[in-house]
Amino acid sequence: MLSFKDFKNGLMVTLWFVFLTFPLLVIKINPIEKSVVWRWHNMLYVACGTFVFYVLSRLYLARKRVVQQKIKAGIVKDKVDWSAKLFSEPKLYIPLAIAGGLFSLVFPALFSTYQVNIMIIALMYVVLGLGLNIVVGVAGLLDLGYVAFYAVGAYTYALLNMHFGLGFWTVLPIGGLLGTLFGLLLGFPVLRLRGDYLAIVTLGFGEIIRLILENWGDFSEGPSGIANIARPGFFGMDLSLAMSINYMYYLTILMVIFTIFVVNRLQDSRIGRAWFALREDEIACQAMGIDKMKTKLSAFALGATWAGMAGVMFAAKTTFINPASFTFLESAIILCIVVLGGMGSIPGVIVGALVLILLPEYLRAFSDYRMLVFGAVLVIMMIFRPQGIISTVRRTYSLKD
Amino acid sequence: MEPILDVKNLTMDFGGIRALDHLSLQIKPGEIVALIGPNGAGKTTFFNCITGIYKPTKGDLLLTPPGKKAKKLNGLKPNKVTEQGLARTFQNIRLFPNMTVLENVMIGRHCRTKSKIFGAIFRDPRTKKEEKAIVEQSLEILKKINLDKMADEYAKNLPYGAQRRLEIARALATEPIILLLDEPAAGMNPQETQELDELITSIRNEGLAILLIEHDMKLVMNISDHIFVVDYGKKIAEGSPEEIVKNPDVIKAYLGEDIKNA
Repeated sequence: MLSFKDFKNGLMVTLWFVFLTFPLLVIKINPIEKSVVWRWHNMLYVACGTFVFYVLSRLYLARKRVVQQKIKAGIVKDKVDWSAKLFSEPKLYIPLAIAGGLFSLVFPALFSTYQVNIMIIALMYVVLGLGLNIVVGVAGLLDLGYVAFYAVGAYTYALLNMHFGLGFWTVLPIGGLLGTLFGLLLGFPVLRLRGDYLAIVTLGFGEIIRLILENWGDFSEGPSGIANIARPGFFGMDLSLAMSINYMYYLTILMVIFTIFVVNRLQDSRIGRAWFALREDEIACQAMGIDKMKTKLSAFALGATWAGMAGVMFAAKTTFINPASFTFLESAIILCIVVLGGMGSIPGVIVGALVLILLPEYLRAFSDYRMLVFGAVLVIMMIFRPQGIISTVRRTYSLKD
Repeated sequence: MEPILDVKNLTMDFGGIRALDHLSLQIKPGEIVALIGPNGAGKTTFFNCITGIYKPTKGDLLLTPPGKKAKKLNGLKPNKVTEQGLARTFQNIRLFPNMTVLENVMIGRHCRTKSKIFGAIFRDPRTKKEEKAIVEQSLEILKKINLDKMADEYAKNLPYGAQRRLEIARALATEPIILLLDEPAAGMNPQETQELDELITSIRNEGLAILLIEHDMKLVMNISDHIFVVDYGKKIAEGSPEEIVKNPDVIKAYLGEDIKNA
């Protein structure tokens, strides 16, 4: 299946990678002894690894091509993707969901406070991912400034709590509404844009919000941030630190369930269909009588609502926020969650968030190479599974009901 | 009879190029009107102008739905034009490839339904009823177009001819009074063209007016009641199929001067 040319290309790629990694992995300078250590064995590892990986990927892609040709010619039927199969069979996914639900319920009892804390963070990213999924995954609007709405929510709670002493439960809906409002504010001017242009403008918007928070000291306390934000109250009881973390955990779980419920219903409605159609073909969508403006705005506003609420929860969890929590990297990670998990797929986004947030925590040993691994994983995913970990399954309507 | 669509002196300039030059056209209720002309004559531009994708430089578009007052379509957004009752298909198929066949048709129902975000979240009885009606009506249309067996298939997996028919189904779901078909027979084999012929005629028999851009002359001559011929954005002839075949200007535009040897 592989030709001589593939092996030749493999050698070239290997050479290139050896060259690229040479300064990092081979040369080691010891400034104290003023000597250079040449780690030639590393070069060998890189060369072998690259070559084997290249040949394997070629083999895989060649096989995929053959299968696709066979499908086109009608010799074999298209195999249903494992994830599509899993989520189209209630018999398979309902036990899975129940098991996941039970596990998440007993989680704080089984693991330490540290683990619970990490889990809370991961679950918040699930909420953020599901919110951004409406904008990017479903409506197809590339938003690189999503973290701005998250910041709006967080600062809403921090400021209202600091100045007026408002509690978590009062501010949660306010944060959501302010998120919506900012979503609309950003949505209006960028309606005409799409693709790369939209991405740039949203990126700018995200930075504007962060810079305002950083520089408008009278309003937001500047880079030093706001501390001593009240944790969510539980019927006026005083909770110990461990208790309040567990409480926060269950709140986040509730939030995740609420988000899944609403996002699922939205996707599966007249408006959700319009969002999907907008992603698929904007011109055809308009020609079929869908108001492009309204559809885009609703997607933007609803996505921002979740970010706003997640922001309130974030502020309540950490009890301290400053603009450094809302950098572009944050937006990029949320976007990666959506793309890696599977655009438009709710289970995909959940898995994506858990993988992307939990793995780095448990792989602390490799923390030096985190960004390297992160990049490599994304590249490999885009080659082998461009639809994300779990691909979307469109709903089918049976003729009976 | 009063025309339901009356296009008066439609002109469209792209910079210094005049793509449409004072083009006038009328469609009467229940008529199949064909718009023909050589490549680049401005036919698709004409479609884009009347469906709101382009804003015409000059001219008037008047739509008179049966039993209602005339309405100007100039400057309306594409979705508003569709709401008024003009539905179109595209020359290069523009389905929603990653949605199912049924969902594609359901999108067509969008402008005739109205459940909002709160309806979607709370699923009140009205929303449920509306949703059920959308599914039923869409299936009905699919049946008519003989695609109901493939309702759950992704649109991208359909054979070419079926994709073309699905586009018509989607347009029909918007409850149009005029159906605009942009080269519906392009790339079809004779058998598929024959089926399309029957389909268009059956749609007409339900009372819809049809405006058709087509290069397949056999199909055009077969089904059209009235033909408009454009070249370089100008109308060069109009009339019944018989008149058009004999029209020397049309023959010249299509074949050049020397027709006797052609």
